[in-house]
Amino acid sequence: MHYMILFYEPEAVFTDRTKPEMATDYWGAWTSYVGALAESGVVVSGNALQAPHAATTVRLRDGERLVQDGPVAATKEQLGGYFIVDVPDLDTAIAWAARSPSARYGSTEIRPVLPPMAAPA
Amino acid sequence: MTSHPDAHGAPFADEAARAAERAARLSYGRLLAHLARAFRDVTAAEDALGDAFAAALRSWPRQGVPANPDGWLTAAARNRLIDLARSGAVRAEAASTLDLMARAGENGDGPPLADRRLGLLFVCAHPAIDPAARTPLMLQTVLGFDARRIAAAFLVAPAAMSQRLVRAKARIRDTGLRFDLPDAGAWPARADSVREAIFAAYGAGWDAAVLAGGGDRDGLTEEAIWLARVLVDGVPDDAEARGLLALMLFCEARSGARRTPEGAYVPLAAQDPARWSRPMIVEAEEQLSVAARSRSPGRFQLEAAIQSAHVAARVTGRDLSAALVHLHEQLAAIAPTIGSVLGLAAALGAAGRPSDGLALADGLPASRVADHQPFHAVRAHLLEALGRGLDAAEARARAAALADDPAVRAFLTRTP
Repeated sequence: MHYMILFYEPEAVFTDRTKPEMATDYWGAWTSYVGALAESGVVVSGNALQAPHAATTVRLRDGERLVQDGPVAATKEQLGGYFIVDVPDLDTAIAWAARSPSARYGSTEIRPVLPPMAAPA
Repeated sequence: MTSHPDAHGAPFADEAARAAERAARLSYGRLLAHLARAFRDVTAAEDALGDAFAAALRSWPRQGVPANPDGWLTAAARNRLIDLARSGAVRAEAASTLDLMARAGENGDGPPLADRRLGLLFVCAHPAIDPAARTPLMLQTVLGFDARRIAAAFLVAPAAMSQRLVRAKARIRDTGLRFDLPDAGAWPARADSVREAIFAAYGAGWDAAVLAGGGDRDGLTEEAIWLARVLVDGVPDDAEARGLLALMLFCEARSGARRTPEGAYVPLAAQDPARWSRPMIVEAEEQLSVAARSRSPGRFQLEAAIQSAHVAARVTGRDLSAALVHLHEQLAAIAPTIGSVLGLAAALGAAGRPSDGLALADGLPASRVADHQPFHAVRAHLLEALGRGLDAAEARARAAALADDPAVRAFLTRTP
């Protein structure tokens, strides 16, 4: 079964992670996590994302295109990256989510992926 | 399965109907656990077995329980099962289970199905399931209770309970929960929530019995004990599971002595031990001593040990109040709840230390205990022991006003 694991990180982390003193703690933790995931062979795809200040939100209202700088909602924690994993059950996905660095200082969410839609006949 | 001695001393209105219902539920739970695991979908499994179970409940009380109840139910459910398999509504793994079950239904001598109910218990109490749905889900899937009956036991509107159960089952299907037992690392926390959910079933049965004015009308306390047996059989080295089973057996053993024939409340100290169920007490003591061997005490073992000491004190006439204080102290240390602190306060009172007990009770956060009936009942007792008659009367009046059980209310408002 495919699950998306979403890593939510506090706003401050996005600004602090560029500081040199964060190199070992932050990037080290993520590097070993991503390495372990890759080695286990469960990864379908995944990416880290640039900070939320680089986000652009687009809405179409009454035919008008509304483009807004920033993420959909200004929340304390923002999406910092994701993986799609192929594991047998939720329990295994929970185990991987629990190992993620963001589970310690932010939140990690798991969403089952919908099976692909049938092609139109 | 172990037999259930009748704790209540009163004959059941319809023994045959109860036996049939129990056998049907036993089979139902076993088959459902298999199908749910194979389908990884509780709703589909219920769909497959629902009509067959209803037919069993209609026919078994009249015609007797068949020799091979699993086979009977599977045969009755057969067409529905075949439909489900054909339509692709069930997963590939389900096919072999369906084969196995159908064979058992044909001649009654197919290979016995492994017991998967324990796995189902763990699914029902999964951390990804709403805590409020866990116990109802166990009752419905493992025991085959209908939503209406579960709702009554939990004092919730039937529609609300159905919705809660439907939502929980949708989550099991959509999130892909594992139906096998948890890994060693996840075991302690997961076993904890299974035991909690079973104990909540007992508590709900207890409350329902209280409101019904005595007897366990819903049979829920008995069913909770049965679930604990499933847990103990499946995980024999789980000391806390045995502690839980022992605790419920001790409580159940005294259920017949808790009322006079006229329905008046009888406190423990005034109960007639001759009206306690001896086989249940013996079994409880056995479970507790097996648990003690693993030297891993926990909340349920301590609570059971407290019950054991109460029984011993009444039966032998010895003063065990100091030992009881010690047990209550340990319990309050590992599980510091309002209930365990009040238990310790009462034990201190019984051990001739009512002022210590009162100080402890009065140290509880006022906002949490203002409407808590046992708080006022324990205080009344302690104040009385301290000779503060007026304060005691006031606390007793408050406890009486907060009591759900009319018999307890009558007991508290009697003239001493």
